Amino acid sequence: MADRRLDLAVRLRPYRVLLASRAHAQMQYRTSFVTDILGTVGVGLAEFAEVWVIFHNVDVLGGLDFTAALLVFALSNLAFSLADMFVGHLDQLPRYIRAGQVDAFYVRPLPLLAQLMTSDLSLRRVGRLSVALVALIVALTTADISWSTATVALILLTIVSGTAIFSALFTTAGGLQFFLVDGAEFTNAFTYGGQYAAQQSQQIFPDPLRIFWTFVIPTAFVAYLPAVAILDLPGDPLAPTWLAWCTPLAAALAWALAGLCWRSGTRHYQGAGG
Amino acid sequence: MSSVAPCACPRPCPVKTFWLLVRAGFRRHSTYRLALLAGMTTNSVFGIIRAYILLAALASAGASIGGYDASMAVAFVWWGQALLGTVNLWGFAEVKDRVRTGDIAIDFLRPLDPQLAYLAGDLGRAGINLIGRGIPAILLGALLFDIAWPPSGLSWAAGAVSVLLAVIVAFAGNFVINLLAFWLVEIRGITLLWMITGGLLCGLYLPVPWFPDWLRTVATWSPFPSMLQQPIDILAGRVVGAGIATSLAIQLFWVTALLALGQVVLRAGRRRLEVQGG
Repeated sequence: MADRRLDLAVRLRPYRVLLASRAHAQMQYRTSFVTDILGTVGVGLAEFAEVWVIFHNVDVLGGLDFTAALLVFALSNLAFSLADMFVGHLDQLPRYIRAGQVDAFYVRPLPLLAQLMTSDLSLRRVGRLSVALVALIVALTTADISWSTATVALILLTIVSGTAIFSALFTTAGGLQFFLVDGAEFTNAFTYGGQYAAQQSQQIFPDPLRIFWTFVIPTAFVAYLPAVAILDLPGDPLAPTWLAWCTPLAAALAWALAGLCWRSGTRHYQGAGG
Repeated sequence: MSSVAPCACPRPCPVKTFWLLVRAGFRRHSTYRLALLAGMTTNSVFGIIRAYILLAALASAGASIGGYDASMAVAFVWWGQALLGTVNLWGFAEVKDRVRTGDIAIDFLRPLDPQLAYLAGDLGRAGINLIGRGIPAILLGALLFDIAWPPSGLSWAAGAVSVLLAVIVAFAGNFVINLLAFWLVEIRGITLLWMITGGLLCGLYLPVPWFPDWLRTVATWSPFPSMLQQPIDILAGRVVGAGIATSLAIQLFWVTALLALGQVVLRAGRRRLEVQGG
Protein backbone atom coordinates (compact mmCIF):
# COMPACT_ATOMS: atom_id res chain seq x y z
CA MET A 1 0.00 0.00 0.00
CA ALA A 2 2.73 2.39 1.01
CA ASP A 3 4.57 1.27 -2.06
CA ARG A 4 1.73 2.14 -4.33
CA ARG A 5 1.35 5.57 -2.74
CA LEU A 6 5.04 6.18 -3.25
CA ASP A 7 4.70 4.99 -6.83
CA LEU A 8 1.87 7.46 -7.45
CA ALA A 9 3.88 10.29 -5.89
CA VAL A 10 6.78 9.47 -8.19
CA ARG A 11 4.53 9.35 -11.21
CA LEU A 12 2.86 12.65 -10.44
CA ARG A 13 6.10 14.41 -9.63
CA PRO A 14 6.80 15.67 -13.19
CA TYR A 15 3.37 17.31 -13.30
CA ARG A 16 3.86 18.91 -9.92
CA VAL A 17 7.21 20.31 -10.98
CA LEU A 18 5.77 21.54 -14.28
CA LEU A 19 2.80 23.29 -12.67
CA ALA A 20 4.96 24.85 -9.98
CA SER A 21 7.30 26.22 -12.64
CA ARG A 22 4.37 27.69 -14.63
CA ALA A 23 2.96 29.31 -11.51
CA HIS A 24 6.39 30.61 -10.56
CA ALA A 25 6.99 32.02 -14.05
CA GLN A 26 3.73 33.99 -14.01
CA MET A 27 4.66 35.73 -10.78
CA GLN A 28 7.97 37.00 -12.14
CA TYR A 29 6.48 40.03 -13.84
CA ARG A 30 4.50 41.30 -10.91
CA THR A 31 2.84 44.27 -12.67
CA SER A 32 1.73 42.18 -15.65
CA PHE A 33 0.37 39.53 -13.32
CA VAL A 34 -1.64 42.03 -11.27
CA THR A 35 -2.90 43.69 -14.46
CA ASP A 36 -4.02 40.34 -15.83
CA ILE A 37 -5.85 39.48 -12.63
CA LEU A 38 -7.59 42.86 -12.66
CA GLY A 39 -8.46 42.15 -16.29
CA THR A 40 -10.23 38.91 -15.48
CA VAL A 41 -11.98 40.62 -12.55
CA GLY A 42 -13.22 43.09 -15.16
CA VAL A 43 -14.41 40.30 -17.44
CA GLY A 44 -16.32 38.77 -14.52
CA LEU A 45 -17.85 42.12 -13.60
CA ALA A 46 -18.89 42.78 -17.22
CA GLU A 47 -20.59 39.35 -17.30
CA PHE A 48 -22.33 40.22 -14.07
CA ALA A 49 -23.36 43.64 -15.41
CA GLU A 50 -25.34 41.91 -18.15
CA VAL A 51 -27.44 40.06 -15.55
CA TRP A 52 -27.75 43.14 -13.39
CA VAL A 53 -28.86 45.46 -16.23
CA ILE A 54 -31.60 43.01 -17.22
CA PHE A 55 -32.91 42.89 -13.66
CA HIS A 56 -32.83 46.67 -13.61
CA ASN A 57 -35.62 46.44 -16.20
CA VAL A 58 -37.54 43.34 -15.07
CA ASP A 59 -38.18 41.59 -11.74
CA VAL A 60 -38.36 38.02 -13.03
CA LEU A 61 -36.55 36.41 -15.95
CA GLY A 62 -37.34 32.86 -16.97
CA GLY A 63 -38.93 32.10 -13.61
CA LEU A 64 -35.94 33.36 -11.61
CA ASP A 65 -35.77 36.48 -9.46
CA PHE A 66 -32.51 38.40 -9.08
CA THR A 67 -31.16 36.26 -6.21
CA ALA A 68 -31.89 33.03 -8.06
CA ALA A 69 -30.35 34.40 -11.25
CA LEU A 70 -27.32 35.45 -9.21
CA LEU A 71 -26.96 31.89 -7.93
CA VAL A 72 -27.11 30.51 -11.49
CA PHE A 73 -24.58 33.14 -12.60
CA ALA A 74 -22.27 32.31 -9.68
CA LEU A 75 -22.33 28.53 -10.09
CA SER A 76 -21.74 28.65 -13.84
CA ASN A 77 -18.98 31.25 -13.60
CA LEU A 78 -17.27 29.41 -10.76
CA ALA A 79 -17.20 26.16 -12.72
CA PHE A 80 -16.15 27.89 -15.92
CA SER A 81 -13.30 29.88 -14.41
CA LEU A 82 -11.98 26.77 -12.65
CA ALA A 83 -12.09 24.78 -15.90
CA ASP A 84 -10.58 27.73 -17.77
CA MET A 85 -7.77 27.91 -15.24
CA PHE A 86 -6.91 24.20 -15.50
CA VAL A 87 -7.50 23.40 -19.17
CA GLY A 88 -8.59 26.63 -20.90
CA HIS A 89 -5.19 26.87 -22.57
CA LEU A 90 -6.08 23.87 -24.75
CA ASP A 91 -7.43 26.74 -26.85
CA GLN A 92 -3.81 27.40 -27.80
CA LEU A 93 -3.54 24.02 -29.51
CA PRO A 94 -4.05 25.32 -33.09
CA ARG A 95 -1.09 27.63 -32.52
CA TYR A 96 1.09 24.70 -31.37
CA ILE A 97 -0.11 22.62 -34.32
CA ARG A 98 0.64 25.36 -36.84
CA ALA A 99 4.06 26.02 -35.35
CA GLY A 100 4.85 22.29 -35.31
CA GLN A 101 5.35 22.35 -31.55
CA VAL A 102 2.93 19.49 -30.85
CA ASP A 103 5.55 17.01 -32.08
CA ALA A 104 7.73 17.94 -29.13
CA PHE A 105 4.93 16.89 -26.78
CA TYR A 106 4.52 13.55 -28.57
CA VAL A 107 8.13 12.46 -28.02
CA ARG A 108 8.08 13.04 -24.26
CA PRO A 109 7.35 10.04 -22.05
CA LEU A 110 4.10 11.45 -20.61
CA PRO A 111 0.54 11.29 -21.98
CA LEU A 112 -0.16 14.10 -24.46
CA LEU A 113 -3.34 15.40 -22.84
CA ALA A 114 -1.81 15.39 -19.36
CA GLN A 115 1.18 17.32 -20.69
CA LEU A 116 -0.93 19.89 -22.48
CA MET A 117 -3.17 20.36 -19.45
CA THR A 118 -0.16 20.97 -17.22
CA SER A 119 1.64 23.01 -19.88
CA ASP A 120 0.09 26.07 -18.30
CA LEU A 121 -1.92 27.06 -15.26
CA SER A 122 -3.67 30.33 -15.96
CA LEU A 123 -3.46 31.83 -12.49
CA ARG A 124 -4.83 35.12 -13.78
CA ARG A 125 -8.27 33.52 -13.91
CA VAL A 126 -8.48 33.81 -10.13
CA GLY A 127 -9.82 37.31 -10.86
CA ARG A 128 -12.96 36.00 -12.49
CA LEU A 129 -13.08 33.17 -9.98
CA SER A 130 -13.23 35.64 -7.11
CA VAL A 131 -16.09 37.57 -8.74
CA ALA A 132 -17.98 34.27 -9.01
CA LEU A 133 -17.18 33.40 -5.39
CA VAL A 134 -18.46 36.74 -4.10
CA ALA A 135 -21.61 36.32 -6.18
CA LEU A 136 -22.07 32.80 -4.78
CA ILE A 137 -21.70 33.97 -1.18
CA VAL A 138 -24.11 36.87 -1.71
CA ALA A 139 -26.64 34.63 -3.45
CA LEU A 140 -26.46 31.90 -0.81
CA THR A 141 -26.81 34.31 2.11
CA THR A 142 -29.65 36.40 0.67
CA ALA A 143 -31.68 33.54 -0.83
CA ASP A 144 -34.32 31.76 1.20
CA ILE A 145 -32.71 28.33 1.51
CA SER A 146 -33.67 25.55 3.92
CA TRP A 147 -30.14 24.42 4.72
CA SER A 148 -29.36 20.77 5.22
CA THR A 149 -26.44 18.43 4.66
CA ALA A 150 -27.97 17.58 1.31
CA THR A 151 -27.90 21.24 0.22
CA VAL A 152 -24.23 21.60 1.08
CA ALA A 153 -23.46 18.30 -0.64
CA LEU A 154 -25.35 19.37 -3.74
CA ILE A 155 -23.47 22.69 -3.93
CA LEU A 156 -20.08 20.99 -3.63
CA LEU A 157 -21.07 18.25 -6.08
CA THR A 158 -22.26 20.89 -8.55
CA ILE A 159 -19.04 22.88 -8.41
CA VAL A 160 -16.87 19.80 -8.95
CA SER A 161 -19.05 18.29 -11.68
CA GLY A 162 -19.62 21.65 -13.37
CA THR A 163 -15.87 22.18 -13.59
CA ALA A 164 -15.58 18.68 -15.02
CA ILE A 165 -18.27 19.42 -17.63
CA PHE A 166 -16.58 22.60 -18.85
CA SER A 167 -13.18 20.87 -18.81
CA ALA A 168 -14.70 18.13 -20.95
CA LEU A 169 -16.01 20.75 -23.39
CA PHE A 170 -12.54 22.33 -23.62
CA THR A 171 -11.01 18.90 -24.21
CA THR A 172 -13.60 18.05 -26.87
CA ALA A 173 -12.72 21.35 -28.53
CA GLY A 174 -9.02 20.46 -28.26
CA GLY A 175 -9.60 17.10 -29.97
CA LEU A 176 -11.47 18.81 -32.80
CA GLN A 177 -8.66 21.35 -33.27
CA PHE A 178 -6.53 18.64 -34.91
CA PHE A 179 -9.09 18.61 -37.74
CA LEU A 180 -10.06 22.28 -37.80
CA VAL A 181 -6.79 24.25 -37.30
CA ASP A 182 -7.84 27.42 -39.17
CA GLY A 183 -11.46 27.01 -38.13
CA ALA A 184 -10.57 26.81 -34.45
CA GLU A 185 -13.26 29.34 -33.62
CA PHE A 186 -15.97 26.75 -34.41
CA THR A 187 -15.42 25.21 -31.02
CA ASN A 188 -15.98 28.56 -29.28
CA ALA A 189 -19.63 28.01 -30.19
CA PHE A 190 -19.97 25.30 -27.57
CA THR A 191 -17.22 26.21 -25.08
CA TYR A 192 -17.88 29.93 -24.63
CA GLY A 193 -21.39 29.58 -26.07
CA GLY A 194 -22.05 26.77 -23.60
CA GLN A 195 -20.83 28.96 -20.77
CA TYR A 196 -23.18 31.72 -21.88
CA ALA A 197 -26.10 29.28 -22.06
CA ALA A 198 -25.19 27.83 -18.66
CA GLN A 199 -25.62 31.14 -16.89
CA GLN A 200 -29.19 31.60 -18.14
CA SER A 201 -32.47 30.31 -16.81
CA GLN A 202 -33.26 27.34 -19.05
CA GLN A 203 -36.88 28.44 -19.15
CA ILE A 204 -36.13 31.28 -21.53
CA PHE A 205 -35.34 28.70 -24.24
CA PRO A 206 -37.90 26.85 -26.38
CA ASP A 207 -38.12 23.05 -25.93
CA PRO A 208 -35.60 21.93 -28.58
CA LEU A 209 -32.92 24.23 -27.20
CA ARG A 210 -33.68 23.19 -23.60
CA ILE A 211 -33.28 19.55 -24.58
CA PHE A 212 -30.07 20.45 -26.39
CA TRP A 213 -28.52 22.27 -23.40
CA THR A 214 -29.62 19.47 -21.04
CA PHE A 215 -28.99 16.25 -22.92
CA VAL A 216 -26.63 17.08 -25.82
CA ILE A 217 -24.29 19.71 -24.43
CA PRO A 218 -25.16 19.36 -20.75
CA THR A 219 -24.61 22.93 -19.59
CA ALA A 220 -27.99 23.08 -17.81
CA PHE A 221 -26.47 20.75 -15.20
CA VAL A 222 -23.73 23.25 -14.39
CA ALA A 223 -25.93 25.82 -12.70
CA TYR A 224 -29.61 26.02 -13.56
CA LEU A 225 -30.81 22.56 -12.50
CA PRO A 226 -28.86 22.58 -9.19
CA ALA A 227 -29.92 26.16 -8.43
CA VAL A 228 -33.58 25.28 -8.91
CA ALA A 229 -33.13 22.27 -6.58
CA ILE A 230 -31.24 24.33 -3.96
CA LEU A 231 -33.89 27.06 -3.95
CA ASP A 232 -36.74 24.55 -4.23
CA LEU A 233 -38.29 26.36 -7.21
CA PRO A 234 -40.76 24.76 -9.66
CA GLY A 235 -38.16 24.84 -12.46
CA ASP A 236 -38.32 23.22 -15.85
CA PRO A 237 -41.23 20.78 -16.43
CA LEU A 238 -39.00 18.78 -18.79
CA ALA A 239 -36.37 18.23 -16.10
CA PRO A 240 -37.45 16.90 -12.69
CA THR A 241 -35.65 18.18 -9.57
CA TRP A 242 -33.80 14.92 -8.90
CA LEU A 243 -31.97 15.49 -12.17
CA ALA A 244 -29.85 18.03 -10.28
CA TRP A 245 -28.18 15.07 -8.54
CA CYS A 246 -27.23 13.60 -11.90
CA THR A 247 -24.60 16.28 -12.56
CA PRO A 248 -21.73 13.75 -12.09
CA LEU A 249 -23.43 11.51 -14.63
CA ALA A 250 -23.61 14.38 -17.12
CA ALA A 251 -19.95 15.11 -16.43
CA ALA A 252 -19.04 11.46 -17.03
CA LEU A 253 -20.91 11.41 -20.33
CA ALA A 254 -19.30 14.69 -21.37
CA TRP A 255 -15.90 13.21 -20.57
CA ALA A 256 -16.67 10.06 -22.56
CA LEU A 257 -17.36 12.25 -25.58
CA ALA A 258 -14.28 14.34 -24.87
CA GLY A 259 -12.12 11.22 -24.65
CA LEU A 260 -13.45 10.00 -27.96
CA CYS A 261 -12.79 13.35 -29.68
CA TRP A 262 -9.34 13.61 -28.18
CA ARG A 263 -8.38 10.09 -29.25
CA SER A 264 -9.54 10.54 -32.82
CA GLY A 265 -7.83 13.94 -32.94
CA THR A 266 -4.46 12.71 -31.73
CA ARG A 267 -4.63 9.69 -34.04
CA HIS A 268 -5.52 11.90 -36.97
CA TYR A 269 -2.47 14.07 -36.38
CA GLN A 270 0.31 13.24 -38.83
CA GLY A 271 3.09 15.38 -37.42
CA ALA A 272 4.64 18.52 -38.79
CA GLY A 273 7.58 16.75 -40.40
CA GLY A 274 11.19 17.39 -39.67
CA MET B 1 -13.43 69.28 -66.54
CA SER B 2 -9.75 70.03 -66.09
CA SER B 3 -7.46 68.26 -68.49
CA VAL B 4 -4.79 67.80 -65.83
CA ALA B 5 -5.06 64.31 -64.44
CA PRO B 6 -5.36 64.49 -60.65
CA CYS B 7 -2.73 61.79 -60.27
CA ALA B 8 0.02 63.42 -62.30
CA CYS B 9 2.19 63.97 -59.26
CA PRO B 10 5.64 62.30 -59.02
CA ARG B 11 4.60 60.27 -55.99
CA PRO B 12 1.87 57.66 -56.29
CA CYS B 13 -1.53 59.22 -55.76
CA PRO B 14 -2.54 58.81 -52.08
CA VAL B 15 -6.14 58.02 -53.02
CA LYS B 16 -5.03 55.23 -55.32
CA THR B 17 -2.58 53.89 -52.71
CA PHE B 18 -5.31 53.99 -50.09
CA TRP B 19 -7.66 52.05 -52.33
CA LEU B 20 -4.98 49.47 -53.13
CA LEU B 21 -4.37 48.99 -49.41
CA VAL B 22 -8.10 48.53 -48.79
CA ARG B 23 -8.15 45.80 -51.42
CA ALA B 24 -5.02 44.21 -49.97
CA GLY B 25 -6.64 44.12 -46.52
CA PHE B 26 -9.74 42.54 -48.06
CA ARG B 27 -7.70 39.85 -49.80
CA ARG B 28 -5.49 39.20 -46.79
CA HIS B 29 -8.43 38.43 -44.54
CA SER B 30 -10.40 36.53 -47.18
CA THR B 31 -7.67 33.86 -47.25
CA TYR B 32 -9.04 32.29 -44.09
CA ARG B 33 -12.49 31.26 -45.32
CA LEU B 34 -12.92 28.53 -42.73
CA ALA B 35 -12.15 31.07 -40.00
CA LEU B 36 -14.91 33.34 -41.38
CA LEU B 37 -17.40 30.47 -41.29
CA ALA B 38 -16.26 29.52 -37.80
CA GLY B 39 -16.67 33.09 -36.59
CA MET B 40 -20.12 33.28 -38.09
CA THR B 41 -21.14 30.03 -36.36
CA THR B 42 -20.03 31.27 -32.95
CA ASN B 43 -21.70 34.65 -33.50
CA SER B 44 -24.91 32.83 -34.41
CA VAL B 45 -24.91 30.66 -31.28
CA PHE B 46 -24.52 33.77 -29.15
CA GLY B 47 -27.18 35.47 -31.26
CA ILE B 48 -29.67 32.69 -30.58
CA ILE B 49 -29.03 32.64 -26.82
CA ARG B 50 -29.08 36.43 -26.48
CA ALA B 51 -32.22 36.80 -28.59
CA TYR B 52 -34.08 34.45 -26.23
CA ILE B 53 -32.78 36.38 -23.20
CA LEU B 54 -34.07 39.68 -24.59
CA LEU B 55 -37.37 38.13 -25.67
CA ALA B 56 -37.83 36.63 -22.19
CA ALA B 57 -37.09 40.03 -20.63
CA LEU B 58 -39.66 41.72 -22.90
CA ALA B 59 -42.23 39.01 -22.11
CA SER B 60 -41.56 39.48 -18.40
CA ALA B 61 -41.93 43.27 -18.65
CA GLY B 62 -45.09 42.84 -20.71
CA ALA B 63 -44.25 45.94 -22.73
CA SER B 64 -41.42 47.35 -24.78
CA ILE B 65 -38.28 48.33 -22.86
CA GLY B 66 -36.31 51.43 -23.83
CA GLY B 67 -38.17 51.73 -27.13
CA TYR B 68 -37.50 48.10 -28.17
CA ASP B 69 -40.37 45.79 -29.01
CA ALA B 70 -39.80 42.08 -29.68
CA SER B 71 -38.82 42.26 -33.35
CA MET B 72 -36.58 45.31 -32.73
CA ALA B 73 -34.85 43.51 -29.86
CA VAL B 74 -34.19 40.56 -32.16
CA ALA B 75 -32.82 42.96 -34.77
CA PHE B 76 -30.63 44.54 -32.08
CA VAL B 77 -29.13 41.15 -31.17
CA TRP B 78 -28.55 39.90 -34.71
CA TRP B 79 -27.19 43.16 -36.15
CA GLY B 80 -24.86 43.24 -33.16
CA GLN B 81 -23.61 39.71 -33.87
CA ALA B 82 -23.43 40.41 -37.60
CA LEU B 83 -21.37 43.59 -37.14
CA LEU B 84 -19.15 42.13 -34.42
CA GLY B 85 -16.62 40.89 -36.97
CA THR B 86 -16.95 43.96 -39.17
CA VAL B 87 -16.33 46.53 -36.46
CA ASN B 88 -13.03 45.69 -34.78
CA LEU B 89 -14.31 45.96 -31.20
CA TRP B 90 -11.66 43.73 -29.65
CA GLY B 91 -8.85 45.73 -31.20
CA PHE B 92 -5.62 44.70 -32.86
CA ALA B 93 -2.03 44.31 -31.70
CA GLU B 94 -0.17 44.81 -34.98
CA VAL B 95 0.73 48.48 -34.52
CA LYS B 96 1.66 47.97 -30.87
CA ASP B 97 4.04 45.15 -31.81
CA ARG B 98 5.61 47.24 -34.55
CA VAL B 99 6.16 50.11 -32.13
CA ARG B 100 7.80 47.78 -29.63
CA THR B 101 10.10 46.15 -32.16
CA GLY B 102 10.89 49.46 -33.87
CA ASP B 103 9.40 48.31 -37.18
CA ILE B 104 7.11 51.33 -37.04
CA ALA B 105 10.12 53.32 -38.29
CA ILE B 106 9.65 51.60 -41.67
CA ASP B 107 6.01 52.69 -41.69
CA PHE B 108 7.14 56.29 -41.21
CA LEU B 109 9.28 56.03 -44.35
CA ARG B 110 6.38 54.93 -46.52
CA PRO B 111 4.64 57.44 -48.78
CA LEU B 112 1.28 57.14 -47.01
CA ASP B 113 0.72 58.32 -43.43
CA PRO B 114 0.81 55.24 -41.10
CA GLN B 115 -2.61 56.02 -39.66
CA LEU B 116 -4.21 56.13 -43.11
CA ALA B 117 -2.35 53.02 -44.24
CA TYR B 118 -3.58 50.99 -41.29
CA LEU B 119 -7.07 52.45 -41.66
CA ALA B 120 -7.12 51.26 -45.27
CA GLY B 121 -6.14 47.75 -44.24
CA ASP B 122 -8.81 47.75 -41.54
CA LEU B 123 -11.50 48.88 -43.99
CA GLY B 124 -10.58 45.95 -46.24
CA ARG B 125 -10.78 43.60 -43.26
CA ALA B 126 -14.18 45.06 -42.36
CA GLY B 127 -15.41 44.57 -45.94
CA ILE B 128 -14.66 40.85 -46.12
CA ASN B 129 -16.01 40.31 -42.62
CA LEU B 130 -19.25 42.05 -43.55
CA ILE B 131 -19.68 39.88 -46.63
CA GLY B 132 -18.36 36.61 -45.26
CA ARG B 133 -19.55 36.79 -41.70
CA GLY B 134 -22.04 39.60 -41.19
CA ILE B 135 -24.53 39.10 -44.01
CA PRO B 136 -24.86 35.31 -43.48
CA ALA B 137 -25.40 35.92 -39.76
CA ILE B 138 -28.16 38.47 -40.27
CA LEU B 139 -29.85 36.22 -42.84
CA LEU B 140 -29.75 33.31 -40.40
CA GLY B 141 -31.20 35.57 -37.72
CA ALA B 142 -34.02 36.54 -40.06
CA LEU B 143 -34.65 32.88 -40.82
CA LEU B 144 -34.89 31.86 -37.16
CA PHE B 145 -36.62 34.90 -35.67
CA ASP B 146 -39.17 37.55 -36.52
CA ILE B 147 -36.73 40.40 -37.15
CA ALA B 148 -37.44 44.11 -37.75
CA TRP B 149 -35.89 45.23 -41.06
CA PRO B 150 -34.84 48.83 -41.64
CA PRO B 151 -38.14 50.69 -42.12
CA SER B 152 -37.14 52.63 -45.25
CA GLY B 153 -34.55 53.05 -47.98
CA LEU B 154 -33.21 56.01 -46.04
CA SER B 155 -32.63 53.75 -43.02
CA TRP B 156 -30.76 51.23 -45.19
CA ALA B 157 -28.56 53.96 -46.70
CA ALA B 158 -27.96 55.77 -43.40
CA GLY B 159 -27.33 52.40 -41.74
CA ALA B 160 -24.63 51.59 -44.28
CA VAL B 161 -22.94 54.97 -43.73
CA SER B 162 -23.26 54.47 -39.98
CA VAL B 163 -21.57 51.04 -40.17
CA LEU B 164 -18.69 52.59 -42.12
CA LEU B 165 -18.32 55.35 -39.52
CA ALA B 166 -18.48 52.74 -36.73
CA VAL B 167 -15.62 50.81 -38.31
CA ILE B 168 -13.54 54.01 -38.47
CA VAL B 169 -14.35 55.03 -34.86
CA ALA B 170 -13.34 51.58 -33.56
CA PHE B 171 -10.17 51.63 -35.63
CA ALA B 172 -9.21 55.17 -34.62
CA GLY B 173 -9.72 54.42 -30.93
CA ASN B 174 -7.70 51.23 -31.07
CA PHE B 175 -4.97 52.96 -33.04
CA VAL B 176 -4.49 55.50 -30.24
CA ILE B 177 -4.38 52.68 -27.66
CA ASN B 178 -1.77 50.85 -29.75
CA LEU B 179 0.38 53.97 -30.00
CA LEU B 180 0.64 54.18 -26.21
CA ALA B 181 3.30 51.50 -26.66
CA PHE B 182 5.66 54.41 -27.51
CA TRP B 183 5.62 55.33 -23.81
CA LEU B 184 4.71 52.10 -22.03
CA VAL B 185 6.54 48.81 -22.27
CA GLU B 186 3.41 46.72 -21.87
CA ILE B 187 -0.02 48.06 -22.80
CA ARG B 188 -1.91 44.82 -22.09
CA GLY B 189 -3.66 46.30 -19.07
CA ILE B 190 -4.90 49.31 -21.01
CA THR B 191 -6.00 47.11 -23.91
CA LEU B 192 -7.96 44.92 -21.51
CA LEU B 193 -9.59 47.92 -19.86
CA TRP B 194 -10.54 49.29 -23.28
CA MET B 195 -12.00 45.95 -24.37
CA ILE B 196 -14.02 45.42 -21.21
CA THR B 197 -15.49 48.92 -20.93
CA GLY B 198 -15.98 49.00 -24.69
CA GLY B 199 -17.73 45.64 -24.80
CA LEU B 200 -20.11 46.74 -22.09
CA LEU B 201 -20.81 50.30 -23.24
CA CYS B 202 -20.96 49.81 -27.02
CA GLY B 203 -24.25 47.96 -26.82
CA LEU B 204 -23.06 44.47 -27.70
CA TYR B 205 -24.52 42.64 -24.70
CA LEU B 206 -27.58 44.75 -24.03
CA PRO B 207 -29.01 47.92 -25.62
CA VAL B 208 -27.61 51.13 -24.09
CA PRO B 209 -31.19 52.47 -23.54
CA TRP B 210 -31.73 49.55 -21.09
CA PHE B 211 -28.92 50.76 -18.82
CA PRO B 212 -29.64 52.50 -15.52
CA ASP B 213 -29.47 56.31 -15.86
CA TRP B 214 -25.94 56.83 -14.56
CA LEU B 215 -24.44 54.09 -16.71
CA ARG B 216 -26.32 55.36 -19.74
CA THR B 217 -24.86 58.82 -19.14
CA VAL B 218 -21.35 57.35 -18.95
CA ALA B 219 -21.97 55.45 -22.20
CA THR B 220 -23.42 58.48 -24.00
CA TRP B 221 -20.33 60.55 -23.27
CA SER B 222 -17.99 57.80 -24.48
CA PRO B 223 -17.14 56.91 -28.09
CA PHE B 224 -18.26 53.30 -27.59
CA PRO B 225 -21.94 53.54 -28.64
CA SER B 226 -20.70 55.06 -31.92
CA MET B 227 -19.01 51.72 -32.62
CA LEU B 228 -22.13 49.55 -32.51
CA GLN B 229 -25.24 50.93 -30.83
CA GLN B 230 -25.73 53.80 -33.32
CA PRO B 231 -25.64 51.73 -36.54
CA ILE B 232 -27.77 49.02 -34.90
CA ASP B 233 -30.40 51.53 -33.82
CA ILE B 234 -30.66 52.92 -37.34
CA LEU B 235 -30.84 49.45 -38.92
CA ALA B 236 -33.33 48.14 -36.34
CA GLY B 237 -35.55 51.16 -36.96
CA ARG B 238 -35.46 52.42 -33.39
CA VAL B 239 -33.88 55.68 -34.56
CA VAL B 240 -35.68 57.31 -37.48
CA GLY B 241 -36.09 60.75 -39.07
CA ALA B 242 -34.12 63.56 -37.47
CA GLY B 243 -32.67 61.08 -35.01
CA ILE B 244 -30.65 59.55 -37.84
CA ALA B 245 -28.96 62.87 -38.55
CA THR B 246 -28.09 63.28 -34.85
CA SER B 247 -26.66 59.73 -34.70
CA LEU B 248 -24.52 60.25 -37.77
CA ALA B 249 -23.34 63.64 -36.49
CA ILE B 250 -22.22 62.10 -33.19
CA GLN B 251 -20.37 59.37 -35.05
CA LEU B 252 -18.77 61.92 -37.36
CA PHE B 253 -17.63 63.88 -34.30
CA TRP B 254 -15.91 60.79 -32.85
CA VAL B 255 -14.35 59.91 -36.21
CA THR B 256 -12.82 63.38 -36.43
CA ALA B 257 -11.83 63.60 -32.77
CA LEU B 258 -10.21 60.16 -32.57
CA LEU B 259 -8.43 60.41 -35.93
CA ALA B 260 -7.08 63.84 -34.92
CA LEU B 261 -6.00 62.49 -31.55
CA GLY B 262 -4.28 59.63 -33.37
CA GLN B 263 -2.32 62.12 -35.48
CA VAL B 264 -1.23 64.10 -32.41
CA VAL B 265 -0.13 60.96 -30.57
CA LEU B 266 1.58 59.59 -33.68
CA ARG B 267 3.62 62.78 -34.08
CA ALA B 268 4.57 62.87 -30.41
CA GLY B 269 5.58 59.21 -30.62
CA ARG B 270 7.61 59.81 -33.74
CA ARG B 271 9.66 62.46 -31.95
CA ARG B 272 10.23 60.05 -29.08
CA LEU B 273 11.11 57.06 -31.24
CA GLU B 274 14.71 55.99 -31.27
CA VAL B 275 15.72 53.11 -33.50
CA GLN B 276 19.12 51.48 -33.17
CA GLY B 277 21.16 50.09 -36.00
CA GLY B 278 21.37 51.10 -39.59
